[in-house]
Amino acid sequence: MRSRTLNSLARLAVCAMLFAPVLASAAEGPRLQTAPINSHDIASLQNGAKLFVNYCLNCHSAGYMRYNRLRDLGLTEQQITDNLIFTGVKVGELMQTSMDKKDAKEWFGVAPPDLTVTARSRSSAAGSGADWIYTYLRAFYRDSSRPTGWNNLVFANVGMPHALWQLNGQQQLEEQVFDSEHAAQAALIAAKTVSDLEEAREVKDGKAVTRYVVKSIKPATGTEAGTLSQVEYENAVADLVNYMNYMAEPSRLERRQIGIYTLLVLGLLFVFVFALKRAYWKDVH
Amino acid sequence: MAALDKRPITGAGPLNGVLTWIDARFPLISLWEEQWGKYVAPKNFNFWYYFGSLSAFVLVLQIVTGIFLTMNYKPDAAQAFASVEYIMRDVWGGWIIRYMHSTGASAFFICVYLHMFRGLLYGSYRKPRELLWIFGMLIYLSLMAEAFFGYLLPWGQMSYWGAQVIVNLFSSIPFIGEDLSIWIRGDYVVSDATLNRFFAFHVIAIPLVLLGLVAAHLMALHEVGSSNPDGVEIKKQPKDPQTGLPLDGIYSHPYYTVKDALGVVVFLIVFSAIMFFLPEMGGYFLEYNNFIPADPLKTPPHIAPVWYFTPYYSILRAIPPLFNSQFPGVLAMGLATMILFLLPWLDRSPVKSIRYKGPLFKSALAVFVIVFLILGYLGTEPTNVWGQFGPWLANADRATVVARICTALYFLFFFLMPWYSRRDRWQPEPARLT
Repeated sequence: MRSRTLNSLARLAVCAMLFAPVLASAAEGPRLQTAPINSHDIASLQNGAKLFVNYCLNCHSAGYMRYNRLRDLGLTEQQITDNLIFTGVKVGELMQTSMDKKDAKEWFGVAPPDLTVTARSRSSAAGSGADWIYTYLRAFYRDSSRPTGWNNLVFANVGMPHALWQLNGQQQLEEQVFDSEHAAQAALIAAKTVSDLEEAREVKDGKAVTRYVVKSIKPATGTEAGTLSQVEYENAVADLVNYMNYMAEPSRLERRQIGIYTLLVLGLLFVFVFALKRAYWKDVH
Repeated sequence: MAALDKRPITGAGPLNGVLTWIDARFPLISLWEEQWGKYVAPKNFNFWYYFGSLSAFVLVLQIVTGIFLTMNYKPDAAQAFASVEYIMRDVWGGWIIRYMHSTGASAFFICVYLHMFRGLLYGSYRKPRELLWIFGMLIYLSLMAEAFFGYLLPWGQMSYWGAQVIVNLFSSIPFIGEDLSIWIRGDYVVSDATLNRFFAFHVIAIPLVLLGLVAAHLMALHEVGSSNPDGVEIKKQPKDPQTGLPLDGIYSHPYYTVKDALGVVVFLIVFSAIMFFLPEMGGYFLEYNNFIPADPLKTPPHIAPVWYFTPYYSILRAIPPLFNSQFPGVLAMGLATMILFLLPWLDRSPVKSIRYKGPLFKSALAVFVIVFLILGYLGTEPTNVWGQFGPWLANADRATVVARICTALYFLFFFLMPWYSRRDRWQPEPARLT
């Protein structure tokens, strides 16, 4: 018997190896929400760039990205200089922050990381880097035990305060305790804001009991609302994430475009080479 | 075909004149004919026989893209990460070259693994091809070194800590380990000095070795002749009175030239689909953590090598430390690669090809492939990925137990081969290709 079956089995195994799905290893923290972003949406990207230079660039740098690259977003160099450069640098310069690294470390405990490729580095089995940032920026809550007065449900005890709080308003963490995991899961699914489910073990009447705590971000009572409504804030964060996703790989759209042309050319080449091979092999028996 | 064979070397054409001039001073024509043009190969190469020429193709691809990358890359701990991003953004076409090189690294291992698997399937390592196999194994080892040195260069977190972990393995060698690892790094930790020397190894030393070994591999192949899926030695066949070739032999050129060209086009289609649409390949080809610049003060919670090393990494982790030393694991990992050198002498079957081998060998090979894939997968994950067993097994990590069983099976495939390959049922090889 020929080993055809074995051959095809082995081929299957090889394919399985190459395309092994990334098994989601139960990551700590809340489930990441899919960032509603569109790399082709120029208006969203421009708004994101505006938010980025206004709110992020004060402390963070984007030190591998040049200002004049923003021409990708349909802006002229004049528009970039007039509207997006606040530090007086030339349009061909890198997006550096004016904050001193040493000062920053003293103020926040850790120097704010460079954000150029964060949308790539934060990718994991749990979601894309964009999903992570999108969830993270909506997961800040008031916590008086932290030096900045802020904490984050996605990034526990983060050194960063809620930079967008004036837009978002103040948020607080709300905890609901359930006896059954089922009810807790239902509450988690129903929650519209960033939420997390944690198990808490306690001893009651000498018995170990598991409780299920659903933590969610809610507007803080008795505080002024932000300048944006909940929906407007989510859209603003989506624009910002859209921009950061672009900035992490500015050539993404060009890459896909060239990819399509390349595959078309190779497809055509395949037809010719296949015919050539067949013509030559006609006399081999 | 006949017209091609009998084309005169000398003649009136301008090109023939040049060829004649060169050939009088350098054995160009005979070199070409010995190595490819008049090399007679079996006519029944199947799917698995594409990966030799594809490996050579990827080698060229890596060398060419590598040359262009070095034009803008800076082997300096303070500048390396930024220079890679500079290539990705500010160098015209830089991102294409970089993605070709990063995808090419994984493609190289895919081709080489499939090429080696072909050898296992059809007994390509058997007499008289032992030395051919050994050259191939040396290429594989050099390739691993090349990949390891190259992986440090982007100077991301995974680059840095991966190198730190691997170099630390050497420090577990008794007596000389500590000094050896300092000698390799040129420092007490992976640092600028390490980056500089790894760059030198990656762009000059190992590629030179690789090219030399590939030449030796090809010369050995063309000396002994190619194997084939039937295990028939075409050189022992009677010659066809018309062509003077073995009955089942054909010239490589043009037959395998056009066939391998077809393979290259199909490969390029798959390769382009990945590099243009999935350059990170879900974190397997470009690890996400490597987009964070190397930080010697911040150890990532989970350090995993790139996928092509993970089967061996799993074996390393599976072996428990002895007297607080990782050395047994390191030894097992080394043995797991080195044992492949012995294949030509471990396989005692009267036939070469799996087509005529019996159920014992077939199942052993199937188990080996599955075990290799499981080890590869587990090496990419932390050891607690599948949770723990109950107290009945001392709460051991499930993944570790599975990795230990797989490690045992990995070695049993080789250790028991002299026995099961001889005991196995077999059918005689045919006289002609089927």
